[in-house]
Amino acid sequence: MTPISAQSSNKLRRTDRRPIDWAKVLAHIILIAGSIMFLMPFVYVVSTSLKTAGDVYTFPPEFVPEPVAWENYPDALTAMPFDRFFLNTILLALGRIIGLTLSCSLAGFAFAKLRWKGRNTLFFIVLLTLMIPTEVTLIPRYILFSKLGWVGSFAPLLVPGFFAENAFFVFLFRQFFMTMGQDLIDAARIDGCSFVGVFWRIIAPNAKPVFAVVAIYIIQNNWNSFLLPMIYLTDRAKYTLALGLRLFNEQYYSQTHLLMAASVFVVVPIVILFFFMQRYFIQGVVFTGSKG
Amino acid sequence: MGGFSLNLTFQPKRLSFWESLNAWIFVAPWILGFILFTGGPILASLVISFTEWDIVNPPVWAGLGNYELMLRDPLFFQSLKVTTLYALVAVPLQIVVGLFIAILLNTKIRLIGLYRTLFYLPAVLPIVSVAVMWRWILSRDWGLINWFLSLFGVYGPGWLSEPEWALPALILMSLWGVGSGMLIYLAGLQGIPTDLYEAAKVDGAGAWASFVYVTLPMISPVILFQLVVGLIAAFQVFAQPFIMTQGGPQNATLFYLLHLFRNAFEFFRMGYASALSWVLFIYIAVLTVLIFRFSAAWVFYEGEIKNE
Repeated sequence: MTPISAQSSNKLRRTDRRPIDWAKVLAHIILIAGSIMFLMPFVYVVSTSLKTAGDVYTFPPEFVPEPVAWENYPDALTAMPFDRFFLNTILLALGRIIGLTLSCSLAGFAFAKLRWKGRNTLFFIVLLTLMIPTEVTLIPRYILFSKLGWVGSFAPLLVPGFFAENAFFVFLFRQFFMTMGQDLIDAARIDGCSFVGVFWRIIAPNAKPVFAVVAIYIIQNNWNSFLLPMIYLTDRAKYTLALGLRLFNEQYYSQTHLLMAASVFVVVPIVILFFFMQRYFIQGVVFTGSKG
Repeated sequence: MGGFSLNLTFQPKRLSFWESLNAWIFVAPWILGFILFTGGPILASLVISFTEWDIVNPPVWAGLGNYELMLRDPLFFQSLKVTTLYALVAVPLQIVVGLFIAILLNTKIRLIGLYRTLFYLPAVLPIVSVAVMWRWILSRDWGLINWFLSLFGVYGPGWLSEPEWALPALILMSLWGVGSGMLIYLAGLQGIPTDLYEAAKVDGAGAWASFVYVTLPMISPVILFQLVVGLIAAFQVFAQPFIMTQGGPQNATLFYLLHLFRNAFEFFRMGYASALSWVLFIYIAVLTVLIFRFSAAWVFYEGEIKNE
């Protein structure tokens, strides 16, 4: 994995004093036009979310709301228990982070650094499961969880996390641990350190970036997740933000200003996280792409 | 792309029992998870696909009944058509647009970080929010898209209410999320050694020639990977039609997973839905194999020597 941010900023520093490069000017023009096109949907949605009900339906649209209806946000967010939805989403994300990072990193450690029979065969199965579409396991899992009486609770979304359900994370951890030296591990073993100790004292502290990438992935997936929570979380008190917004979309279908305020609210935490953790988002994506 | 040897060839000389035991304990959660949540369910769904089952009552053996039913289900064919059409149009479009932006960003340009952030941001947004937002953006009378078209004197259609425009609208919307593909191409482009371009220049290649003879071959494995990933993603599209169009108008956006979901969780036809999932599984597998088969003709791997 090449951290492209580091590379590109190095390239930026080197300012070359040459005559105007028209190809670059053209590239900038296209990129600026493209950026505006990518930004306009945000601008339009945010501006709609700040308009009074009467100002929403104008054509051509006015992008600067006059007057600014800040009250749309409290109005929308109190129309449904969005605080509860927010809390549920956070709790699910935390539970999945704990379960998945623990189980996937331990498996990745065994696949990368321990010597045992069956390792290659099992790792091959891990790689195979990467290609299985979720639909195929959707129905039997639902039947399993409904027979266990877990439908309606967080358990169907949390418990598989503790069993390393995400093969991609196992792969990610394994690939990262592979790059770490064997010498340090062997030295620690000679000093009487257990394998759990090696993992906890040597591997994990030196693998913080990959843990960060995985945690960010989980938060984002969890914010995005819709089909599975919809199947399992039947009780409104357990709804996530995605489910809450979908319900809001049905009940306030025609109150566009409130609907846009609610959808901006759901988006904002991820946007904030993105701006602070952009490096890890990008590393995760780039890593996905380099599997090929 | 750099440094990912899978290294499956390792053969230990002498194994320590203690080390093996530890390894099995560390892998145990994954093994259990695989049996309970992946391997087991896959076999179970094959068995269920030969039954009629509403979960509440005991399952009834149906043999190949569900598969025969599928052949007589016009909505199955409609959903297959919609999803395949979407994959055929949206995935190549996403590749072209993503690669185009990545190439522009790879020209040692200023502000690359800012552009990268802007183009990537929409891709991280939760899909339900994006769907809710775009239902408004695509609105016939008040939407942003039709306002944009009106600047050119075009009277835009009811994107989500007219059967012939609903699928194009979802394809257009999917282009807002090309940012993650763009990042992957950008990383790939930055991995191309500059001496290849210098050599091409010495040989008299212009910008277009070096794009066709250097950039495209070097980036082709990434394109192949994105093609396969995009295809699988296309068959997982669910929230957009579910929220924006409910599969309509006139089933114009009845995506495969939406049809499957309705059979399973609205009509509780678990047997039929399992059969649908198996047909999808095989359909994707066949398409993937075909793509890999034909990829030999256009994908170039470094270190590969072509026999002319």
